[in-house]
Amino acid sequence: MTARMVHDGLFRLDSDGDIRLLGSRCEECSHLQFPVAETCSMCGSERSTTIDLERQGTLWLSTVVTNAPPGYLGEVPYGFGVVELPSGLRIITLITEKEVVEFGTPLRLVAHDLGINDDGEMVVTYAFSPGSS
Amino acid sequence: MTNSVAVAGVGLHPFGRFDRTVTQMGVSAVRAALEDAGNPSFQSVFCATVYSGVAAGHKVLGALGLTGTPIVNVEAGCASGGAALMLATNAVRSGQCDTALVLGIEKMPRGIIRSSFFEPWREQSGLAATPAYFALRAMRLMRDSGITKEDLAQIVVKNRAEGVNNEIAMYRTATTVEAVLESRLVCEPLHLHMLCSPNEGAAAIVVQRSDLARRDAPKIASAQLRSHLPGSILGEATPLSGVADENIPAASTIAAHAAFEEAGYGPDDLDLIECQDTDAAREILAYEELGLCARGDSAQLVRNGDTARGGRWPVNLSGGLLSKGEPLGASALAQIIELSNQIDGRAGIRQIENAQIGLAHTVGRGANAAVVIITK
Repeated sequence: MTARMVHDGLFRLDSDGDIRLLGSRCEECSHLQFPVAETCSMCGSERSTTIDLERQGTLWLSTVVTNAPPGYLGEVPYGFGVVELPSGLRIITLITEKEVVEFGTPLRLVAHDLGINDDGEMVVTYAFSPGSS
Repeated sequence: MTNSVAVAGVGLHPFGRFDRTVTQMGVSAVRAALEDAGNPSFQSVFCATVYSGVAAGHKVLGALGLTGTPIVNVEAGCASGGAALMLATNAVRSGQCDTALVLGIEKMPRGIIRSSFFEPWREQSGLAATPAYFALRAMRLMRDSGITKEDLAQIVVKNRAEGVNNEIAMYRTATTVEAVLESRLVCEPLHLHMLCSPNEGAAAIVVQRSDLARRDAPKIASAQLRSHLPGSILGEATPLSGVADENIPAASTIAAHAAFEEAGYGPDDLDLIECQDTDAAREILAYEELGLCARGDSAQLVRNGDTARGGRWPVNLSGGLLSKGEPLGASALAQIIELSNQIDGRAGIRQIENAQIGLAHTVGRGANAAVVIITK
């Protein structure tokens, strides 16, 4: 089955399944953003560099979603929360656990199969999973 | 020289689910507010709504044969009504007009609401689940302030007890901590009864120069709207991506400071408060953001009953959104109508003694927040 990234430019997916989230670092104020953005949401600068974000982080907040929200391609229940990267950037993310994960738990970035779209393709997004890579 | 501004007349269409169009509900609220104000002429109209489509205010005024003035439709998420009231207050205060009509109308979609705020990839990835964002905010409050699920349930019990006596509320039965905690778990820690229901309704307020209104009409001491500061989105209702925001003041705090400064009052001067209880945790967070207590100290307010009827700051005597439900455009105006009626001695069975200064707070997607102070 063909795999399709849920959105171009969110992350890079290598043939061996290795995944890297892409972010922007502002050349003026060093502010980090995810996803990649043309303007810096802190200072408004248009000078930024696209960078690979860290693959390791810690759990900052988590919950479990029990009802499928509009447009969602995956299954319920699913873990949902915020991961904090060592750089201080906090990212909203799916979490592979179906229960609340404790604050500070080490998390690693993984590629996550959401479900099949109307074109019969497996849609892949990013998620974080307890553990170290 | 600026004008003193009064709430000259108020009108409400009940909040709930109705077999009526949003225009019909708006017509009924506007008619009631104009009648309450003695049917004055007005020179500007501001209509708050999020889901009513193009030129929604024009349809209401058109149905009443009251077009011809500028009609501006206003969208600021949950704070839309506060935004419209701010515009009307500024117009009258500055002398741009003597009388302005504010209305808020809404007929919310059913179920989890699809919002154009989220890009398609976030929807497909399951990252557009609004109650889940509320749940994360509640989790953070529990961690930072020692709030428990019982505290969250207690807020629902408090507000629903008031909703029993509000004829426009959608839910008019009292509840218990046990019943709230037994309701379905939506997203840990939020159970179904801790979340307000999006619904339908309308509200209207005639904003007028005080010297033209009846002499004892409540005054609008301040009406402020503020958006979030850069970097702080994660701390508000819609965390998408952000940095540590612990030292960045929330939009609600900035709006409250501005309102307190303009009105010349502080939290200690308030006799009653209507605040955003989209979910039970949101109300408790507002206690901290509005300065009723220091950051992290809100649990004591809940457990001491400081924000219940008879406490130091009765909060949500209208029953709050947890009783009334939330028709986005109308909800902030209904808060202001509750304050006005209390200050005016017209709150009926819900009337408290010596209501002189009240504060209304709404916050929502954007992020943005409105804070309005009403005085005798």
